[in-house]
Amino acid sequence: MKSWLPPLALLALAVVLYFALPYNLAFLTRILIMAVLVLSLDLVLGYAGIATLGQAAFYGAGAYAAGLFAIHAWADPLAGLVVAGVAGAALAFISGLVVLRTHGLTLIMLTIAVASICHEIANKARDVTGGADGLRGIRMEPVLGLFEFDFVGQTGFWYALAVLAAVFTFLTLLTRAPFGLSLRGIHESPERMAAIGTSVYWRRVAAYTIGGAIAGIAGALSAQVTQLVSLESFSFTLSAEALIMLILGGTGRLYGAVLGTLIFMWVHHWAAANDPFNWLFVIGALVLAVVFFLPRGIIAVPTALKRLGGRNAGS
Amino acid sequence: MTLLLNILVDGVAYGMILFMISVGLSVTMGLMRVVNLAHGGFALLGGTFAHWFAADLGLPFWPAAVLGVAATVALSLPLERVIYRRIYGFTDLQQVLATIGLTFLMIASVNLWQGSSLLSIPLPESLKASVDLGFRTLPVHRLVVIVAGAAVVLGLWALLERTRFGMRLRAAVDNRGTASAHGINTDLIFMLAFGLGAGLAALGGVLGAEILPIDAYYPLRYMVLFLIVVAVGGMGSIAGSFAAAIGLGLLETAARYLVPDFATIAFFALVILLLALRPNGLMGRVA
Repeated sequence: MKSWLPPLALLALAVVLYFALPYNLAFLTRILIMAVLVLSLDLVLGYAGIATLGQAAFYGAGAYAAGLFAIHAWADPLAGLVVAGVAGAALAFISGLVVLRTHGLTLIMLTIAVASICHEIANKARDVTGGADGLRGIRMEPVLGLFEFDFVGQTGFWYALAVLAAVFTFLTLLTRAPFGLSLRGIHESPERMAAIGTSVYWRRVAAYTIGGAIAGIAGALSAQVTQLVSLESFSFTLSAEALIMLILGGTGRLYGAVLGTLIFMWVHHWAAANDPFNWLFVIGALVLAVVFFLPRGIIAVPTALKRLGGRNAGS
Repeated sequence: MTLLLNILVDGVAYGMILFMISVGLSVTMGLMRVVNLAHGGFALLGGTFAHWFAADLGLPFWPAAVLGVAATVALSLPLERVIYRRIYGFTDLQQVLATIGLTFLMIASVNLWQGSSLLSIPLPESLKASVDLGFRTLPVHRLVVIVAGAAVVLGLWALLERTRFGMRLRAAVDNRGTASAHGINTDLIFMLAFGLGAGLAALGGVLGAEILPIDAYYPLRYMVLFLIVVAVGGMGSIAGSFAAAIGLGLLETAARYLVPDFATIAFFALVILLLALRPNGLMGRVA
């Protein structure tokens, strides 16, 4: 049961923050949504070991799918989540069939290329997506028919938190199941897993597809809560930031992904508020600091400190 | 026929720029196994310095271009020594992150220094003039780009195949351990190769500013393009990079002329198809 402590502490922190910062609910909800995206990346990268810089492709696909579904078909939030999950999974499956045949740099580059294509399609199909103006006019029905999306963002916060908790629980179970263990094995030694008869390629495709579905759900949350989808959903910056959050927190541990998101978003927020022109400088410096001094992420800090023994080392 | 010639001229000019910027990336990736996403940043720095020398200090185009490239090289050498040297041993993922961090720092620095507007490098009258090729008139600038690109190809070939430095560099690329056991100072070779790559990127950035305009977000905008050239060409293969740059330049230009609305999509789709069939690129060695 000890392993449930960090996630429960994070859940408690979310509730505390809700009451402590009632005027920042939009920002807090944004953190929750990003946490879902970073969790999807943790499955793909942290567990299956697929280095990708194109996770935004599935996030954007989910956001546009949920937005369009709400406008043209049915504005029920949960149905929208399902549609977005399917859209993200479908895109991840199709692109994964090609992308996962390659390795290293080519793989990284192809994942960026997939996201770039999606960005370009959304940009060009102005009649459907609104192009550079973004997709507007999303009006959601109440969640479960009970909770109306309010102006302050209370419903949005609890809705995103509930989805985050559900995704977290699902991923915890998945990564402890034989499938998750085989992913870990593939990450550590694909040759050995292939030798004992695992279909490495299809497991990776499966992990990539599930990751795509979850990223799609994150995109749907963003579309439903902010009632706007912009081209930014497909941007390289989003993929890169999600990766930074994951590494900051530490890969291969689900709560690390959430912790990294929380810290990154906070630094981002603080830097952007203090100097909107050069928050990128702070982010760049933060990334370098993490890679050089904390390659295993924040969650490794306690062990690192222990190993340093008597020496007084800050983070 | 005219259309074909147009595509040919514009495509080759575009390809030459892509080659100049990407070849350094290909060499450093083949040599040091660094996934250097910050490489486009050197093209940005070259362009920014040239803009500063030309527009703010009022130097003529050519001195500004040369000083811009020199300033970028001067900056890249200590950067290699202090930062990149530590990155070499990292995993792919850490390299990606570290170089993204560097890219962000470069963008923010340029943004702070010159702002986020377009950084033009004023061309002299002689480059703005046109020459009549019979089937169309062509800005002299395009011809200069094509000639400069060809000169870079020949210069690199001569450097790598005909000089002692080239011999040592090739040895270090093939097997670093054995090379240094033979008394080759691989650290120095790496630093020089890195500076050479950064300088070429800066040159490409300056000369290509008419085709790929310079502003602070330049490295992020064109990063995929440069990576594609390297991936399609095959890491560490200069001939491959050249073939890929010219081929992709022609392909994208053709797409822009023939299917303007779907140019980017068609371009990426073809690249993905190609890489799915040949994951190691046109001339890449099987890793």
